[in-house]
Amino acid sequence: MGILDHFNYWMVIVLMMAGLYTVISRGNLIKQVVGLNVFQVSVFVLYISMGKVSGGTAPILGEGITVYSNPLPHVLILTAIVVGVATTALALALVVRIRKAYGSIEEDDILKQENGS
Amino acid sequence: MIATQLPAIQVALPLLAAPLVLILRNGALAWSVAVAVSWLSFAVALALLLRVLDGGTIVYLLGDWAAPWGIEYRIDEVNAFVLVIVTSVAAVVAPYARRSVEAEVSSDRHYLFYTGFLLCLCGLLGIAITGDVFNLFVFLEISSLSSYLLIGLSRDRRALTAAFRYLILGTVGATFYVIGIGLMYMMTGSLNMADLATRLPAVADTTTIHAALAFLTIGLALKAAIFPLHLWLPNAYAHAPSVVTAFLAATATKVSIYVFLRIFLTVFSGASIFESFPLADLLIVVAVLGMFTGSLVAIYQSDVKRALAFSSVAQIGYMILGISLLSTAGVAAGIVHLFNHALMKCALFLALGAVALRIGSARLDQMAGIGREMPWTMAAFTVAGLSLIGVPATVGFVSKWALVMATLEKDHVLLAVLILLSSLLAVIYVWRVVEVAYFRDRPDDAATLSDPPTSMLVPLWIMTGAAVYFGLDGTRVLDVATAAATRLLEGWP
Repeated sequence: MGILDHFNYWMVIVLMMAGLYTVISRGNLIKQVVGLNVFQVSVFVLYISMGKVSGGTAPILGEGITVYSNPLPHVLILTAIVVGVATTALALALVVRIRKAYGSIEEDDILKQENGS
Repeated sequence: MIATQLPAIQVALPLLAAPLVLILRNGALAWSVAVAVSWLSFAVALALLLRVLDGGTIVYLLGDWAAPWGIEYRIDEVNAFVLVIVTSVAAVVAPYARRSVEAEVSSDRHYLFYTGFLLCLCGLLGIAITGDVFNLFVFLEISSLSSYLLIGLSRDRRALTAAFRYLILGTVGATFYVIGIGLMYMMTGSLNMADLATRLPAVADTTTIHAALAFLTIGLALKAAIFPLHLWLPNAYAHAPSVVTAFLAATATKVSIYVFLRIFLTVFSGASIFESFPLADLLIVVAVLGMFTGSLVAIYQSDVKRALAFSSVAQIGYMILGISLLSTAGVAAGIVHLFNHALMKCALFLALGAVALRIGSARLDQMAGIGREMPWTMAAFTVAGLSLIGVPATVGFVSKWALVMATLEKDHVLLAVLILLSSLLAVIYVWRVVEVAYFRDRPDDAATLSDPPTSMLVPLWIMTGAAVYFGLDGTRVLDVATAAATRLLEGWP
């Protein structure tokens, strides 16, 4: 069993850590939103990967199809994608309003103004 | 006919009312709908609680799809009680909202406020009622997204950054939760709570389930603002409109703690995670640290709203402490405090909302002498504050008493002493406000103040009155909480 057998799961870990690191380390609010998205996408990949049945086809009715992938994780992730899109939209809307109120989307600038006021 | 559909009505009512309010685009109409819906929801929740206490667990299959494939709503003593807490707070806060929102939210956004309020209510009720872990995530995000919106509606620009930070941390928390249930699904092939509870014991000792447990703990602790993952809470509560603070402080973190209870005690009931993993001991330490840090930081705040937000972090510590004792008395004490804290914190924030209506903020230095000019408001604040400390004849005393008894039953004398010591810290931050409001003179050039309009004073005193009533007669609530704790520790039949 080579490392590549679990390629998807390794990528999940890479994406998850890259996303979380971006959220934590970046002061730019847009970059934080991007990081959050990468982090969420890693979870989508995790769910899709666990639905795969080796040798299975797409879960459709047809001649001679007996082994097929589990469709449930796909459906769950459709829901999670919708939630993710809504979160991103709201986050970006907040960034627009923050920019109007503070004239900046850098966390350091904003904190300086908040502590000054 | 209607009686059997009550669980669906509980969630569908606010969910359907929210787009209606959005279409109406009229602040006053929107408010009327919100008030009507929250009172109807309260009636539905009470009916459900009575039915559960009478006839046991209600199982409701959505669309008649059989569980574990379909989504089921499963209502027992625990979540019926949580539903009553959430809807009662909503029912009291909604009438109050009108004047307070007029003062704190720009007029073209009023209908958005009520849309957000109804969606948040729907999400919180959905979390409490559902018996499916993924469905729970969806409701969690409905309530979270609408609370980011509600916080951001404030005129204070700092509310925007607070909402953004809450959004980032809240989404990380919710995503951790999704990872956790994904890993559980990987091992068991099920998302139904009752089904998971029977399947988990067989695979409990795998790395995957341990990882799931870690993700669930951190994710839910973030959502419930358990120390040290509370960083989003103080700013979000301090800068949000007063009504939003009162509503969220009394419901949102409480519902997250319910999820905590449900996942660890019901879903993992057969898996004996507390024996194979020192989670309970860890939680006790975290709870005690939260109790002291929250109260100590609260003492040094110049904004009373922010001080009470930190006090919430401390109070969440008490709830977690009770729960992590893992005895019927301990879990019951945690649940009782969940209810009692909702009452008194809601009353305190409603009082501050009235103060903000008159003086424009809740800064301590501007509150000098207002006790004489706003007697009813500050009297309610004082009574609720005494309850926060745990003075006899208030709900705070009932929960502290139950908690101390539960620790002594387990021979944790040190914990009992720590609970009493941290209560003394509450005396300091409550007294600071009382002293400024009653014993300082109002500056000569200050405008004369008066109590808020009746529509705000009545909800405030309903909450304060409840805090005293259930403090004098706590047995009924204690009985329900004990039944709930027994149900949690024994699992579903």
